[in-house]
Amino acid sequence: MSFINYSSREINCKIVYYGPGLCGKTTNLQFIYKKTNPQARGKMISLATETDRTLFFDFLPLSLGDIRGFKTRFHLYTVPGQVFYDASRKLILKGVDGVVFVADSQVERMEANIESFENLRQNLAEQGYDLDTIPLVIQYNKRDLPNVVSMEELQKALNIRNVPAFEAVAPEGVGVFETLKAIAKLVLIELRKGTGG
Amino acid sequence: MRPNLVLYEEEFNLVTDVIKRLVTSANAKVVFLVDKNGQLITSSGHTEGIDTTSLASLTAGNIAATGGLAKLIGEKEFSILFHEGEKDNIHISIIGHRVILVVIFDERSSLGLVRLRVKKSGEELEKVFAEIDNKAGTDTSGLGVDSPFAEITDDDIENLFS
Ligand SMILES: Nc1nc2c(ncn2[C@@H]2O[C@H](COP(=O)(O)OP(=O)(O)OP(=O)(O)O)[C@@H](O)[C@H]2O)c(=O)[nH]1
Ligand SMILES: [Mg+2]
Repeated sequence: MSFINYSSREINCKIVYYGPGLCGKTTNLQFIYKKTNPQARGKMISLATETDRTLFFDFLPLSLGDIRGFKTRFHLYTVPGQVFYDASRKLILKGVDGVVFVADSQVERMEANIESFENLRQNLAEQGYDLDTIPLVIQYNKRDLPNVVSMEELQKALNIRNVPAFEAVAPEGVGVFETLKAIAKLVLIELRKGTGG
Repeated sequence: MRPNLVLYEEEFNLVTDVIKRLVTSANAKVVFLVDKNGQLITSSGHTEGIDTTSLASLTAGNIAATGGLAKLIGEKEFSILFHEGEKDNIHISIIGHRVILVVIFDERSSLGLVRLRVKKSGEELEKVFAEIDNKAGTDTSGLGVDSPFAEITDDDIENLFS
Protein backbone atom coordinates (compact mmCIF):
# COMPACT_ATOMS: atom_id res chain seq x y z
CA MET A 1 0.00 0.00 0.00
CA SER A 2 1.68 3.17 -1.06
CA PHE A 3 0.99 6.37 0.80
CA ILE A 4 0.35 9.41 -1.36
CA ASN A 5 0.35 12.82 0.24
CA TYR A 6 -0.96 15.53 -2.07
CA SER A 7 -0.23 18.21 0.48
CA SER A 8 3.50 17.57 0.77
CA ARG A 9 3.56 15.98 -2.70
CA GLU A 10 5.15 12.70 -1.65
CA ILE A 11 4.71 9.07 -2.59
CA ASN A 12 5.95 6.42 -0.18
CA CYS A 13 6.29 2.80 -1.27
CA LYS A 14 7.27 -0.27 0.74
CA ILE A 15 9.64 -2.90 -0.61
CA VAL A 16 10.38 -6.09 1.32
CA TYR A 17 13.49 -8.27 0.86
CA TYR A 18 12.47 -11.88 1.53
CA GLY A 19 14.41 -15.14 1.47
CA PRO A 20 15.92 -17.93 3.60
CA GLY A 21 18.22 -17.34 6.56
CA LEU A 22 21.72 -16.05 5.70
CA CYS A 23 20.90 -15.56 2.00
CA GLY A 24 22.13 -11.95 2.15
CA LYS A 25 19.06 -9.72 2.62
CA THR A 26 20.65 -7.54 5.27
CA THR A 27 23.86 -7.36 3.21
CA ASN A 28 21.85 -5.92 0.28
CA LEU A 29 20.53 -3.09 2.43
CA GLN A 30 23.95 -2.46 3.98
CA PHE A 31 25.49 -2.06 0.54
CA ILE A 32 22.72 0.27 -0.62
CA TYR A 33 23.16 2.33 2.53
CA LYS A 34 26.93 2.54 2.06
CA LYS A 35 26.70 3.61 -1.58
CA THR A 36 23.84 6.08 -1.39
CA ASN A 37 24.36 9.80 -1.10
CA PRO A 38 23.59 10.76 2.56
CA GLN A 39 21.03 13.32 1.37
CA ALA A 40 19.08 10.59 -0.35
CA ARG A 41 18.83 8.19 2.57
CA GLY A 42 17.81 8.11 6.20
CA LYS A 43 19.27 6.06 9.00
CA MET A 44 19.41 2.30 8.62
CA ILE A 45 17.76 0.51 11.51
CA SER A 46 18.66 -3.11 12.21
CA LEU A 47 16.81 -5.03 14.87
CA ALA A 48 19.22 -7.95 15.11
CA THR A 49 20.39 -10.64 17.51
CA GLU A 50 23.84 -10.49 19.10
CA THR A 51 25.09 -12.69 16.30
CA ASP A 52 23.85 -10.24 13.64
CA ARG A 53 20.90 -12.30 12.52
CA THR A 54 17.83 -10.24 11.77
CA LEU A 55 15.45 -10.51 14.72
CA PHE A 56 12.55 -8.37 13.52
CA PHE A 57 13.54 -6.24 10.53
CA ASP A 58 16.09 -3.97 8.89
CA PHE A 59 14.76 -0.67 7.64
CA LEU A 60 16.28 1.78 5.18
CA PRO A 61 14.40 4.82 3.82
CA LEU A 62 15.52 6.09 0.41
CA SER A 63 14.52 9.13 -1.63
CA LEU A 64 14.83 8.54 -5.32
CA GLY A 65 13.97 12.00 -6.55
CA ASP A 66 10.94 13.57 -8.21
CA ILE A 67 8.40 12.10 -10.53
CA ARG A 68 5.71 14.41 -11.89
CA GLY A 69 6.39 16.82 -9.04
CA PHE A 70 6.06 14.15 -6.37
CA LYS A 71 8.96 13.18 -4.11
CA THR A 72 9.40 9.45 -4.49
CA ARG A 73 10.40 7.60 -1.34
CA PHE A 74 11.06 3.92 -0.97
CA HIS A 75 11.07 2.20 2.39
CA LEU A 76 13.19 -0.93 2.21
CA TYR A 77 12.63 -3.68 4.76
CA THR A 78 14.18 -7.11 5.25
CA VAL A 79 12.46 -9.96 7.05
CA PRO A 80 14.21 -12.39 9.40
CA GLY A 81 14.90 -15.47 7.29
CA GLN A 82 15.19 -18.07 10.04
CA VAL A 83 12.23 -20.43 9.87
CA PHE A 84 10.99 -19.90 13.42
CA TYR A 85 10.52 -16.14 12.97
CA ASP A 86 7.46 -16.65 10.80
CA ALA A 87 5.17 -14.50 12.95
CA SER A 88 7.50 -11.53 12.45
CA ARG A 89 7.73 -12.11 8.70
CA LYS A 90 3.96 -11.88 8.40
CA LEU A 91 3.96 -8.52 10.17
CA ILE A 92 6.63 -7.05 7.92
CA LEU A 93 4.69 -8.02 4.79
CA LYS A 94 1.74 -5.85 5.78
CA GLY A 95 1.24 -3.07 3.28
CA VAL A 96 3.99 -4.27 0.94
CA ASP A 97 4.13 -2.82 -2.58
CA GLY A 98 6.90 -4.98 -4.02
CA VAL A 99 9.00 -8.00 -3.04
CA VAL A 100 12.63 -8.87 -3.75
CA PHE A 101 13.18 -12.58 -3.26
CA VAL A 102 16.84 -13.18 -2.43
CA ALA A 103 17.90 -16.77 -3.07
CA ASP A 104 21.11 -18.35 -1.78
CA SER A 105 22.78 -19.93 -4.81
CA GLN A 106 24.62 -22.62 -2.86
CA VAL A 107 23.61 -26.21 -3.62
CA GLU A 108 22.94 -27.02 0.01
CA ARG A 109 20.54 -24.07 0.34
CA MET A 110 18.29 -25.06 -2.56
CA GLU A 111 15.71 -26.67 -0.33
CA ALA A 112 15.71 -23.63 1.96
CA ASN A 113 15.11 -21.37 -1.06
CA ILE A 114 12.11 -23.33 -2.20
CA GLU A 115 10.72 -23.56 1.30
CA SER A 116 11.10 -19.81 1.79
CA PHE A 117 9.45 -19.08 -1.56
CA GLU A 118 6.45 -21.21 -0.59
CA ASN A 119 6.39 -19.50 2.79
CA LEU A 120 6.29 -16.14 0.99
CA ARG A 121 3.36 -17.29 -1.11
CA GLN A 122 1.44 -18.36 1.95
CA ASN A 123 2.19 -15.27 4.03
CA LEU A 124 1.26 -12.98 1.16
CA ALA A 125 -1.99 -14.84 0.66
CA GLU A 126 -2.86 -14.33 4.32
CA GLN A 127 -2.62 -10.57 3.72
CA GLY A 128 -4.71 -10.79 0.58
CA TYR A 129 -1.80 -10.56 -1.90
CA ASP A 130 -0.99 -12.99 -4.68
CA LEU A 131 2.61 -14.00 -5.34
CA ASP A 132 1.64 -14.57 -8.96
CA THR A 133 0.71 -10.91 -9.50
CA ILE A 134 2.54 -8.77 -6.93
CA PRO A 135 5.58 -6.77 -8.21
CA LEU A 136 8.43 -9.26 -7.76
CA VAL A 137 12.13 -9.46 -8.58
CA ILE A 138 14.41 -12.41 -7.88
CA GLN A 139 18.06 -12.12 -6.91
CA TYR A 140 20.41 -15.11 -7.03
CA ASN A 141 23.00 -14.18 -4.46
CA LYS A 142 26.39 -15.61 -3.47
CA ARG A 143 27.44 -16.24 -7.06
CA ASP A 144 31.08 -15.93 -5.91
CA LEU A 145 31.00 -19.20 -4.00
CA PRO A 146 32.31 -22.42 -5.58
CA ASN A 147 29.36 -24.75 -4.96
CA VAL A 148 26.56 -22.86 -6.69
CA VAL A 149 23.56 -24.17 -8.58
CA SER A 150 23.46 -23.19 -12.27
CA MET A 151 21.36 -20.20 -13.23
CA GLU A 152 19.27 -22.38 -15.46
CA GLU A 153 18.32 -24.68 -12.63
CA LEU A 154 17.63 -21.80 -10.24
CA GLN A 155 15.39 -20.12 -12.78
CA LYS A 156 13.48 -23.32 -13.33
CA ALA A 157 12.95 -23.88 -9.63
CA LEU A 158 12.09 -20.33 -8.55
CA ASN A 159 11.24 -18.08 -11.44
CA ILE A 160 8.02 -19.64 -12.62
CA ARG A 161 6.58 -16.21 -13.38
CA ASN A 162 9.57 -15.16 -15.44
CA VAL A 163 10.08 -11.92 -13.52
CA PRO A 164 13.32 -9.88 -13.72
CA ALA A 165 16.14 -11.88 -12.12
CA PHE A 166 19.73 -10.92 -11.27
CA GLU A 167 22.92 -12.68 -10.26
CA ALA A 168 24.52 -11.06 -7.25
CA VAL A 169 27.44 -10.94 -4.87
CA ALA A 170 25.88 -8.68 -2.28
CA PRO A 171 28.94 -7.80 -0.13
CA GLU A 172 30.67 -6.50 -3.28
CA GLY A 173 27.54 -4.88 -4.57
CA VAL A 174 27.31 -6.99 -7.71
CA GLY A 175 23.66 -6.99 -8.79
CA VAL A 176 22.46 -5.04 -5.77
CA PHE A 177 21.42 -1.77 -7.44
CA GLU A 178 20.20 -3.60 -10.54
CA THR A 179 17.80 -5.51 -8.28
CA LEU A 180 16.63 -2.39 -6.47
CA LYS A 181 16.09 -0.48 -9.67
CA ALA A 182 14.07 -3.33 -11.17
CA ILE A 183 11.70 -3.62 -8.22
CA ALA A 184 11.29 0.16 -7.90
CA LYS A 185 10.32 0.27 -11.57
CA LEU A 186 7.75 -2.50 -11.22
CA VAL A 187 6.20 -0.76 -8.21
CA LEU A 188 5.92 2.55 -10.06
CA ILE A 189 4.43 0.83 -13.09
CA GLU A 190 1.83 -0.71 -10.77
CA LEU A 191 1.08 2.76 -9.43
CA ARG A 192 0.61 4.02 -12.97
CA LYS A 193 -1.88 1.26 -13.67
CA GLY A 194 -3.80 2.55 -10.69
CA THR A 195 -4.30 -0.96 -9.36
CA GLY A 196 -1.81 -0.44 -6.56
CA GLY A 197 -2.46 -1.56 -3.05
CA MET B 1 -6.41 -5.68 -0.05
CA ARG B 2 -6.26 -2.21 1.44
CA PRO B 3 -6.42 0.68 -0.99
CA ASN B 4 -3.54 3.13 -1.05
CA LEU B 5 -3.72 5.79 1.59
CA VAL B 6 -4.21 9.06 -0.23
CA LEU B 7 -4.25 12.38 1.58
CA TYR B 8 -5.39 15.49 -0.23
CA GLU B 9 -4.56 18.99 0.95
CA GLU B 10 -7.88 19.45 2.68
CA GLU B 11 -7.77 16.34 4.86
CA PHE B 12 -4.06 16.75 5.46
CA ASN B 13 -4.75 20.18 6.93
CA LEU B 14 -7.59 18.86 9.07
CA VAL B 15 -5.41 16.09 10.44
CA THR B 16 -2.44 18.37 11.05
CA ASP B 17 -4.68 20.82 12.83
CA VAL B 18 -5.85 18.14 15.29
CA ILE B 19 -2.23 17.16 15.93
CA LYS B 20 -1.17 20.76 16.52
CA ARG B 21 -3.92 21.34 19.02
CA LEU B 22 -3.03 18.12 20.82
CA VAL B 23 0.55 19.32 21.37
CA THR B 24 -0.80 22.33 23.23
CA SER B 25 -3.68 20.75 25.10
CA ALA B 26 -1.63 17.79 26.32
CA ASN B 27 1.43 19.91 27.05
CA ALA B 28 3.39 17.46 24.90
CA LYS B 29 6.85 17.83 23.40
CA VAL B 30 5.99 16.21 20.10
CA VAL B 31 3.02 14.46 18.52
CA PHE B 32 3.27 12.18 15.50
CA LEU B 33 0.73 10.49 13.33
CA VAL B 34 1.98 7.36 11.60
CA ASP B 35 0.23 4.87 9.37
CA LYS B 36 0.29 1.21 10.36
CA ASN B 37 2.92 0.48 7.71
CA GLY B 38 5.37 2.84 9.33
CA GLN B 39 4.99 5.89 7.13
CA LEU B 40 4.89 9.26 8.82
CA ILE B 41 1.68 11.14 8.04
CA THR B 42 2.27 14.35 9.96
CA SER B 43 3.91 15.69 13.10
CA SER B 44 3.93 18.76 15.29
CA GLY B 45 5.90 20.17 18.23
CA HIS B 46 9.64 20.00 18.85
CA THR B 47 10.55 17.65 16.03
CA GLU B 48 14.07 19.09 15.58
CA GLY B 49 16.69 16.53 16.48
CA ILE B 50 14.25 13.64 16.20
CA ASP B 51 14.68 11.19 13.34
CA THR B 52 11.00 11.16 12.40
CA THR B 53 11.33 8.51 9.68
CA SER B 54 12.99 6.02 12.04
CA LEU B 55 10.53 6.85 14.76
CA ALA B 56 7.60 6.13 12.44
CA SER B 57 9.00 2.81 11.31
CA LEU B 58 9.85 1.61 14.82
CA THR B 59 6.47 2.68 16.17
CA ALA B 60 4.71 0.68 13.50
CA GLY B 61 6.99 -2.31 14.25
CA ASN B 62 6.17 -1.97 17.92
CA ILE B 63 2.42 -1.84 17.26
CA ALA B 64 2.68 -4.77 14.85
CA ALA B 65 4.56 -6.87 17.41
CA THR B 66 2.17 -6.11 20.27
CA GLY B 67 -0.74 -6.72 17.90
CA GLY B 68 0.72 -10.15 17.21
CA LEU B 69 1.00 -10.76 20.95
CA ALA B 70 -2.60 -9.67 21.44
CA LYS B 71 -3.85 -12.20 18.91
CA LEU B 72 -1.89 -14.97 20.59
CA ILE B 73 -3.78 -14.44 23.84
CA GLY B 74 -7.12 -13.92 22.12
CA GLU B 75 -7.28 -10.11 22.23
CA LYS B 76 -8.05 -8.10 19.10
CA GLU B 77 -5.34 -5.51 19.67
CA PHE B 78 -3.79 -3.50 22.47
CA SER B 79 -5.03 -0.07 21.57
CA ILE B 80 -2.75 1.82 23.97
CA LEU B 81 0.96 1.40 24.74
CA PHE B 82 2.91 3.44 27.21
CA HIS B 83 6.68 3.54 27.69
CA GLU B 84 8.15 5.40 30.63
CA GLY B 85 11.65 6.83 30.43
CA GLU B 86 13.81 8.75 32.89
CA LYS B 87 12.92 12.09 31.32
CA ASP B 88 10.64 11.46 28.38
CA ASN B 89 7.67 9.20 28.07
CA ILE B 90 5.93 7.92 25.00
CA HIS B 91 2.22 7.24 24.68
CA ILE B 92 1.09 5.29 21.63
CA SER B 93 -2.50 4.66 20.63
CA ILE B 94 -4.26 3.15 17.64
CA ILE B 95 -6.91 5.31 16.01
CA GLY B 96 -9.73 3.62 14.15
CA HIS B 97 -7.64 0.45 13.65
CA ARG B 98 -5.61 2.17 10.97
CA VAL B 99 -3.36 4.99 12.15
CA ILE B 100 -1.08 5.37 15.14
CA LEU B 101 -0.95 8.44 17.34
CA VAL B 102 2.33 8.98 19.18
CA VAL B 103 2.70 11.52 21.99
CA ILE B 104 6.07 12.26 23.57
CA PHE B 105 5.95 14.17 26.86
CA ASP B 106 8.04 14.94 29.94
CA GLU B 107 7.37 16.07 33.53
CA ARG B 108 5.60 19.18 32.34
CA SER B 109 2.66 16.94 31.52
CA SER B 110 1.26 13.72 32.99
CA LEU B 111 -0.05 10.39 31.82
CA GLY B 112 -3.54 11.33 33.01
CA LEU B 113 -3.63 14.52 31.00
CA VAL B 114 -2.19 12.87 27.91
CA ARG B 115 -4.74 10.06 28.06
CA LEU B 116 -7.59 12.49 28.40
CA ARG B 117 -6.50 14.69 25.49
CA VAL B 118 -5.59 11.75 23.27
CA LYS B 119 -9.07 10.37 23.70
CA LYS B 120 -10.66 13.55 22.39
CA SER B 121 -8.20 14.02 19.52
CA GLY B 122 -8.55 10.34 18.65
CA GLU B 123 -12.26 10.77 18.14
CA GLU B 124 -11.70 13.77 15.88
CA LEU B 125 -9.07 11.94 13.85
CA GLU B 126 -11.33 8.92 13.50
CA LYS B 127 -13.93 11.14 11.87
CA VAL B 128 -11.45 12.60 9.41
CA PHE B 129 -10.14 9.17 8.42
CA ALA B 130 -13.66 7.80 8.00
CA GLU B 131 -14.22 10.72 5.63
CA ILE B 132 -11.04 9.85 3.73
CA ASP B 133 -12.18 6.23 3.37
CA ASN B 134 -15.53 7.43 2.10
CA LYS B 135 -13.91 9.62 -0.47
CA ALA B 136 -11.77 6.74 -1.71
CA GLY B 137 -15.04 4.84 -2.09
CA THR B 138 -14.99 2.01 -4.55
CA ASP B 139 -11.87 3.20 -6.36
CA THR B 140 -9.49 0.47 -5.22
CA SER B 141 -6.38 2.42 -6.07
CA GLY B 142 -7.53 5.33 -3.97
CA LEU B 143 -6.00 7.49 -6.65
CA GLY B 144 -9.12 8.87 -8.24
CA VAL B 145 -9.67 9.33 -11.94
CA ASP B 146 -7.45 12.37 -12.22
CA SER B 147 -4.38 10.57 -10.85
CA PRO B 148 -1.16 12.25 -11.94
CA PHE B 149 0.49 8.84 -11.96
CA ALA B 150 -1.57 7.58 -14.84
CA GLU B 151 0.66 9.78 -16.97
CA ILE B 152 4.02 8.49 -15.73
CA THR B 153 6.18 7.60 -18.71
CA ASP B 154 8.92 5.01 -18.90
CA ASP B 155 11.32 7.94 -19.21
CA ASP B 156 10.08 9.46 -15.94
CA ILE B 157 10.86 6.19 -14.21
CA GLU B 158 14.20 5.80 -15.93
CA ASN B 159 15.18 9.36 -14.94
CA LEU B 160 14.78 8.55 -11.25
CA PHE B 161 17.84 6.35 -11.50
CA SER B 162 20.07 8.47 -13.64
N1 LIG C 1 30.46 -15.14 -0.11
C1 LIG C 1 29.34 -14.43 0.01
N2 LIG C 1 28.85 -14.17 1.24
C2 LIG C 1 27.72 -13.44 1.34
C3 LIG C 1 27.06 -12.95 0.21
N3 LIG C 1 25.98 -12.26 0.62
C4 LIG C 1 25.97 -12.31 1.96
N4 LIG C 1 27.01 -13.02 2.41
C5 LIG C 1 27.35 -13.32 3.80
O1 LIG C 1 26.36 -14.17 4.35
C6 LIG C 1 26.14 -13.87 5.73
C7 LIG C 1 24.68 -13.61 6.01
O2 LIG C 1 24.27 -12.43 5.35
P1 LIG C 1 23.03 -11.56 5.85
O3 LIG C 1 22.88 -10.44 4.90
O4 LIG C 1 23.16 -11.24 7.29
O5 LIG C 1 21.87 -12.62 5.67
P2 LIG C 1 20.30 -12.43 5.93
O6 LIG C 1 19.62 -12.92 4.72
O7 LIG C 1 20.02 -11.05 6.34
O8 LIG C 1 20.06 -13.46 7.13
P3 LIG C 1 18.87 -13.44 8.26
O9 LIG C 1 18.89 -12.08 8.87
O10 LIG C 1 19.18 -14.50 9.22
O11 LIG C 1 17.62 -13.74 7.53
C8 LIG C 1 27.04 -12.68 6.06
O12 LIG C 1 28.21 -13.16 6.65
C9 LIG C 1 27.33 -12.09 4.68
O13 LIG C 1 28.58 -11.44 4.65
C10 LIG C 1 27.61 -13.23 -1.10
O14 LIG C 1 27.11 -12.84 -2.16
N5 LIG C 1 28.75 -13.98 -1.12
MG1 LIG D 1 19.16 -10.23 7.98
